[in-house]
Amino acid sequence: MTGIAVKTTINGDEVEFLCQAEETLLDVLRDRLGLTGAKEGCGSGDCGACSVMVDGRLVCSCLVLGAEVEGGEVETIEGMATGDKLHPLQEKFIEHAALQCGICTPGILIAAKDLLARNPDPTEEEIRFGLAGNLCRCTGYDKIVRAVQDAASEMKGA
Amino acid sequence: MSFDPSYSAKDFKSVGTRPLRPDGIDKVTGRARYGADFNMPGQLVGRILRSPHAHAKIKKIDISKAEKLAGVKSVITAADLPDFTDGDADLFDILDNCMARTKALYDGHAVAAVAALDAPTARKALKLIEVEYEILPHVTDVDEAVKPSAPLVHDAVFTKGMSPTPSKPSNLAERVQYGHGDVEEGFSHADVIVERSFKTEQTHQGYIEPHACVASVNSDGTGELWVCTQGHFGFRQNCAQLLGMDISKLRVTSSEIGGGFGGKTHVWAEPIALALSRKAGRPVKLVMTREEVFRGTGPTSATSIDVKIGASKDGTITAASANLRYSCGAYASVWAELGAQTAFACYDLEHVKTVGYEVMVNRPKSTAYRAPSAPTAAFAVESAIDELAQKIGMDAIELRIKNAAKEGTQSSYGPVYGPIGIGPTLDAAKNHPHMTAPLGKNQGRGVACGFWFNFGGQTSVDLNIGVDGTVAVAVGTVDVGGARASLALVAAEELGISYDQVKVIVADTSSLGHNDMTDGSRGTFSSSMAIIRAARNAKQVLRERAAEMWDIPMEDVVWENGTAKATGSGHGNLPSLSLKEIAAAAPNTGGPVAGHSELVADGAGVSFSTHICDVEVDPETGAAKVVRYTVIQDAGKAVHPTYVEGQYQGGAAQGIGWALNEEYIYGEDGLLQNPGFLDYRIPVCSDLPMIDTQILEIPNPNHPYGVRGVGETSIVPPLAAVANAVSSAAGVRMTHIPMSPPRILAALDEESAN
Repeated sequence: MTGIAVKTTINGDEVEFLCQAEETLLDVLRDRLGLTGAKEGCGSGDCGACSVMVDGRLVCSCLVLGAEVEGGEVETIEGMATGDKLHPLQEKFIEHAALQCGICTPGILIAAKDLLARNPDPTEEEIRFGLAGNLCRCTGYDKIVRAVQDAASEMKGA
Repeated sequence: MSFDPSYSAKDFKSVGTRPLRPDGIDKVTGRARYGADFNMPGQLVGRILRSPHAHAKIKKIDISKAEKLAGVKSVITAADLPDFTDGDADLFDILDNCMARTKALYDGHAVAAVAALDAPTARKALKLIEVEYEILPHVTDVDEAVKPSAPLVHDAVFTKGMSPTPSKPSNLAERVQYGHGDVEEGFSHADVIVERSFKTEQTHQGYIEPHACVASVNSDGTGELWVCTQGHFGFRQNCAQLLGMDISKLRVTSSEIGGGFGGKTHVWAEPIALALSRKAGRPVKLVMTREEVFRGTGPTSATSIDVKIGASKDGTITAASANLRYSCGAYASVWAELGAQTAFACYDLEHVKTVGYEVMVNRPKSTAYRAPSAPTAAFAVESAIDELAQKIGMDAIELRIKNAAKEGTQSSYGPVYGPIGIGPTLDAAKNHPHMTAPLGKNQGRGVACGFWFNFGGQTSVDLNIGVDGTVAVAVGTVDVGGARASLALVAAEELGISYDQVKVIVADTSSLGHNDMTDGSRGTFSSSMAIIRAARNAKQVLRERAAEMWDIPMEDVVWENGTAKATGSGHGNLPSLSLKEIAAAAPNTGGPVAGHSELVADGAGVSFSTHICDVEVDPETGAAKVVRYTVIQDAGKAVHPTYVEGQYQGGAAQGIGWALNEEYIYGEDGLLQNPGFLDYRIPVCSDLPMIDTQILEIPNPNHPYGVRGVGETSIVPPLAAVANAVSSAAGVRMTHIPMSPPRILAALDEESAN
């Protein structure tokens, strides 16, 4: 089997990999690059656990082919903190107990960061609709919404 | 050293605070390793072939073509899982469910599996396996299955619990009965009687992480298993038994778990992965797809329940009875029993009777789902109570308060209650501002109560003190949602040190004694009890060491605020010794300092809650939306209140999904039509409001700190609370869960036609 050679940027680092035509970006991240922060909850774009940014756009990486990110820029949960300094959203998620099992957390953090980039001062309803593509089965979303609200306040003040 | 687990009141320093969880950073940075995030050298990819039929005899399986495909390293069928169950019927059911032996009993039942170099090869190999089926008649509906004319799921099931045992086989696996008094006598004294039938559809636990494991079996009979599970010791036992391995030679490590809610208390693919590995001589990683999770694992029972409750005009319930039919899939369990036990557990009843039937259908094996069987029973009973209050013209909370169980009440399932929280949760609900908030147009309010037993079980803990005085605690109860933080608080409390000095981990099966699953809301309850005992044992050692350092009798040393202090005449001037100082001296005073405990955590205090729900119903579409929700529940003692709130909120959200949307939909062909998150719709963020919580603390007399389990009761009231709210908003009694838009519209249409 010959692979497709792909050159891309992931979390600011240049990365090269070979993949098969049918391999998803999620498969590549997890199985070829060891970036297992993005999770496969459904493989059909319904749960958002595999959310990443591709060229500034929030996507389910299970619905993107690995070959599609040639020349692109990918951001994953592994690139969210700066060194050992957590992003305010990451800090607030821990502080508010916005995670229980934590399997949905990487995807929700990526989606929440994208939401706040587009709308730094969202209402509760805007947060709820902004995160409606990310399933969480543990928390009932209450503490997630509060963590995002708190992070938004802190980021505005910064 | 003897251990007295009974409650004694104290002022807590650590317990009840809200520190950051120890696994938080790993989980927000993507570093935490879940079931599918682990690999072994040379591992293969495992995949499972599943029955496309609801019910079929397996006449022949030809794996020869699949075995010949390049890159395929092992192919297995039931023939590769010989029967080691030795007459243990329950274990045989697990074996048969993991891989069908003679019949496929439901759509999605595993029939064969492959391990190959990569996923595409494994998928290709599955297509090369030829299975010859003889399709049999099927039944998937719980009410259809009890009819005498129904197709039989098994040919030779004769209802247990009947006297005499029926001579004709049926789908009724077991009949159970609970209660006391004489219900006919009680109903004869009733001024008002409500009698109704209710139905609930099957739901899935819906954890976001599909089942995943990596298995490695060596030719010398040793093996390793990495797996997402709620109980790796139980998995070890089941897997070893099913594969004919020695239990102690299989080391099972629990990964971080991406949700379980009961669904990861049962083995599914793990024995298959081990069998594939054994046959291939290489490690095998097996991760289910979401479709497999829906078709092949987990769902709770569908139910059909008849309730009858009678009361006098002043609201005193004179008698209550229920007939409950719970589907169990193709394998009998205890679901009807749990429904029959819990149905009326909130009330103090003179005459009560419940009869439960375990009903077999051609669906996946029903499995535990958070307070299993209680939510559906509560839906029926609490709906009937609501209607009873309306008929009498009494406030529904007042009626419940009047009849609530209390200390000394004989429960409807037998035992006499100790101090319990049903009355206090109802009083709190009555006084909650939610109850007097105005309702808008098309809105209704519902209240419901819930009960769960809680469980204790076998528990084992190691507590090791490092030379720097910090404390490592190894527990065997899988942390499903923040328990490591709570358990560190308990260790800190008991030792008198700070939370930051304690690190709790979940040990693998070879590093610690047996622990039962994290189920029955037992994780924090039982492991905290074991930690308290282990810490008390460690304190004994610390006192001995301090005595040796001081060269005084141990009786003259006490442990206070994390330090050893000398007491008595002659030692008064000795400066106290800190944990750190004693630990540093340990190499010269007898070696490592540790405390251990192995116990059965008896006395899990029963748990009660009351929920208040406001719903808005759109009369045009039939869509219902929860607009306000309040959970009030007794925690005994909330060790980490933030995570207790999280349990309350999460259970409520799952219950709301169950009440309004979630449902397994089977076609006439007996096949599951919605095995995915698009069509099986769990609540998303925009479906829900904030979920307010109120924690009550009525100490459990059987736990040193008064702790009760908190994980499950929160899912018990929501079905009824939402249903009572929708019934109020729509002006028509809703009796079928989920109350999806078509069902609400149909009820509205029927009401207007009348």
